[in-house]
Amino acid sequence: MNTIKELKKSFLIALWFMFLTFPIMVIKVNTVEQTIDWRWNRLAMVGIFSFFASWIWRYLLQRKEMGQKRAEESETPTLTFQQRVLQNPKFTRPALVVICIFAAIFPFYFSMYQVNIMTTALIYVILGLGLNIVVGLAGLLDLGYVAFYAVGAYSYALLNVHFGMGFWACLPIGAGLAMLFGIVLGFPVLRLRGDYLAIVTLGFGEIIRLILENWNEFSFGPSGIANIPRPGFFGIKMSIHQSLIYIYFIMVAMVIFTIFVVRRLQDSRIGRAWIALREDEVACQATGIDKTKTKLSAFALGATWAGMGGVVFAAKTTFINPASFTIWESIMILCIVVLGGMGSIVGVIFGAGILILLPEYLRAFSEYRMLMFAAALVLMMVFRPHGIISAVRRTYQFEGSPEKKASS
Amino acid sequence: MDYFLELFLGGLTRGSIYALIALGYTMVYGIIELINFAHGEIYMIGAFTALIVISVLTMLGWNQLAILAIATLAAIVWSSAYGFTAEKVAYKPLRGAPRLSPLISAIGVSLFLQNYVLLAQTSDFLPFPNLIPDFKFLEPYEGIVRSTEIVIYVVTAAVLVILTVLIKFTKLGKAMRATAQDRDMAMLVGVNVDRVISFTFIVGSATAALGGVLIASHIGQINFYIGFIAGIKAFVAAVLGGIGSMPGAVLGSLVLGWTESFFTGYISSDYEDVFAFLFLVLILIFRPSGILGRANTDKV
Amino acid sequence: MESVLDIKQLTMDFGGLRALDHIDLDVKAGEIAALIGPNGAGKTTFFNCVTGIYKPTEGDMFICPPGKKRERINGLKPNQVTEKGMARTFQNIRLFQNMTVLENVMMGRHCRMRAGIPGAILRNRATREEEQRVVEESYAILKKIGLAEFVNEFAKNLPYGAQRRLEIARAMATEPFLLLLDEPAAGMNNQETKELDELILRIRSEEKISILLIEHDMKLVMSLSDRIFVMDYGRKIAQGTPEEIKNNPAVIKAYLGEDIDA
Repeated sequence: MNTIKELKKSFLIALWFMFLTFPIMVIKVNTVEQTIDWRWNRLAMVGIFSFFASWIWRYLLQRKEMGQKRAEESETPTLTFQQRVLQNPKFTRPALVVICIFAAIFPFYFSMYQVNIMTTALIYVILGLGLNIVVGLAGLLDLGYVAFYAVGAYSYALLNVHFGMGFWACLPIGAGLAMLFGIVLGFPVLRLRGDYLAIVTLGFGEIIRLILENWNEFSFGPSGIANIPRPGFFGIKMSIHQSLIYIYFIMVAMVIFTIFVVRRLQDSRIGRAWIALREDEVACQATGIDKTKTKLSAFALGATWAGMGGVVFAAKTTFINPASFTIWESIMILCIVVLGGMGSIVGVIFGAGILILLPEYLRAFSEYRMLMFAAALVLMMVFRPHGIISAVRRTYQFEGSPEKKASS
Repeated sequence: MDYFLELFLGGLTRGSIYALIALGYTMVYGIIELINFAHGEIYMIGAFTALIVISVLTMLGWNQLAILAIATLAAIVWSSAYGFTAEKVAYKPLRGAPRLSPLISAIGVSLFLQNYVLLAQTSDFLPFPNLIPDFKFLEPYEGIVRSTEIVIYVVTAAVLVILTVLIKFTKLGKAMRATAQDRDMAMLVGVNVDRVISFTFIVGSATAALGGVLIASHIGQINFYIGFIAGIKAFVAAVLGGIGSMPGAVLGSLVLGWTESFFTGYISSDYEDVFAFLFLVLILIFRPSGILGRANTDKV
Repeated sequence: MESVLDIKQLTMDFGGLRALDHIDLDVKAGEIAALIGPNGAGKTTFFNCVTGIYKPTEGDMFICPPGKKRERINGLKPNQVTEKGMARTFQNIRLFQNMTVLENVMMGRHCRMRAGIPGAILRNRATREEEQRVVEESYAILKKIGLAEFVNEFAKNLPYGAQRRLEIARAMATEPFLLLLDEPAAGMNNQETKELDELILRIRSEEKISILLIEHDMKLVMSLSDRIFVMDYGRKIAQGTPEEIKNNPAVIKAYLGEDIDA
């Protein structure tokens, strides 16, 4: 009886989706030749797909509700298998060693193409980790993150064009300028409520891109800036091959540095304030926490990391133009954070891996990549709002003598 | 003076079109406090559906007015269906989730619909035929205002009146207002909140579809990306007018339309979009409640 | 006796509605004062004005922390008010639910800590010592409030009465000279209320903190308070010792229909 009811439900949903997608999926008009292409097979595909998808959807929804009920009943938070594995030093230590060795030998065993992709992925890792401070820790949805990335990239490119400054001089300057932008832009807007903040940051991001596109005298307009030098190494001349490996190792170092910094920030006075702010702003203020200052610090730190990422990006591609800094880039980075797991360092690295590497290696799938990511964004929010790797915050514990250790 | 009139009417047209999209934004926001990022895409889907229907019927050699009517109807039906489905799939399961979750979900829907149309149809700009006939009585003013523009003004005004009547005087409208005020309370007094929210999405999407057909007729071409920028601008307009308020949405749209039109006409057209965004940022910073919105104090 | 809090002619309008109408109120050093009145009288609005959440339409607010100079606090932000030494609790409990009990109290210490971003990243000696000190101090406060057994629990898993006490602990961690308690006994059973009564008295005697509380439990109010202020429809209708208030006709009239069992 129940199965028949479920069958009927799925059948009706399938019919609904067939109706819904009918004009756009099935009919394709060729206006030049005045012919209509009726793609009926697609209708059948939609029907079959949505029939099964709706079934799985309902099953997952049910499971989620049951999970919530269970969580409410039990007092202590139960850790999932995955969280237990990630917290078990017996597993994490060898895994870390393996990853380090792999990272060290990677460029010598794989092609330049692979090294290049990996470097891109690493840039996204630090962008993700930077945005994670803003979104994951402080709970501020920043949709204009790419603006700071652009500030970093353009600082290096322009300083190089006009003053011939090198990569290493520009790296701190780019990061600093991005931070300054973060503070200047953040200051007036950070008192806005969450969703308004998202829209305003989106607006800022687009303003900066449009200015870069239109202000030819300053930014060379849509044609961009070419021939940006790769990073130097004490003035030694390097082949392209060598300098790509060099950039790769710079990125590995930066990722390690970023992880180190983010971990320390999480377990600090300021990190606690971010988390508390995400929980309850009014209580935070009543507890004596300066809301604006705390938010601004998260925003500016996130911007700093985007700026660093931007400098490396410019040095790696040797060419930048405003097209690299659209809103979709911001959303891509947001996807990395959301998919991987807000607030979780491992999650963000994982997210960057999936979003950047997977489409590169599965070429057939790359046409559908944005579609898939978009669907994943919705599915994640509905079924797994904490991301693939959900963060387990290290909590402060007190046992006899004051000491800090990871939660049980 | 002629140039001024031209810019004035151009701004009125822009504003009216923004209004048709902004109304949907403001209604959805009013009822579930969600910035429905995908609303612009609903409008784009309306335009695409209309174009597909128009192309098919034109090949069959139908009468122009009949095609227009059927295409508009189809756009409304399918846009509403997409709006309804998006709400059921991506927003409804997230009621009661933290505020940012449905917003991220909405970004996902927006991105999904864009790429869906891109993959199922094309990434090229497609020509959109203008089927609105030239009105005889407009001939003397030909240089000043076209019939399409007149239709846009009239439709926008009519939609505002209809929606106002709907919300002020019907039972469903009352239920909508109750839900907007306090969802739990509305549920307690027997309002079917789920149905009211669905209905809001349907009405908002239908309005956006009308906007889609009209703007496409006016501009003469569409592609999968038109929803994004129009959506953002309509949102600016809705916020400017005071989000949640329907007359505010129309007023905000007109103000935005005119300022944009005069700005590009007298100052510079390069920075047209910069201007819209700057406007948004400034309003949100200095008067987040908009022109007609009321400042609300958070409950403590 | 010196007044630690001195409010003069405080008025608050919401649109056309006058929520507070020229209220005068003062709390003396070492005093337990109570603010009572029927629902909707404007008591919580009063707290919100004093703690900087609302900007009052009219009136002056002064504080005079023991041993410090008298100071006007109009226009200060909530966190600045807390830094000056006035801490509050909320009627509807506002804890950081997903943080542990210890961490909640540590948040209270936040404004008395110095470590910034460089300190957090470098984790130098000063920062490490400060962190350790804060953990110890927070634990000490929890012990005093009687929440030591819950120290590593998440705040959301605490029993109701303990959550209310945790709010007090968090407020005390900010080193206040005046505690503003908004219905601390709401939802508590008799036993819990009795413990709360003792706790408040202990806070005053041991920590030398003055207290202003909003409360509906008349038994608690009458037994605790040195002085009582009564509000109705945004106006102060009476003030005095519990004895005076009990026999005040205006108060009895305002409460007609509500019990004063004392």
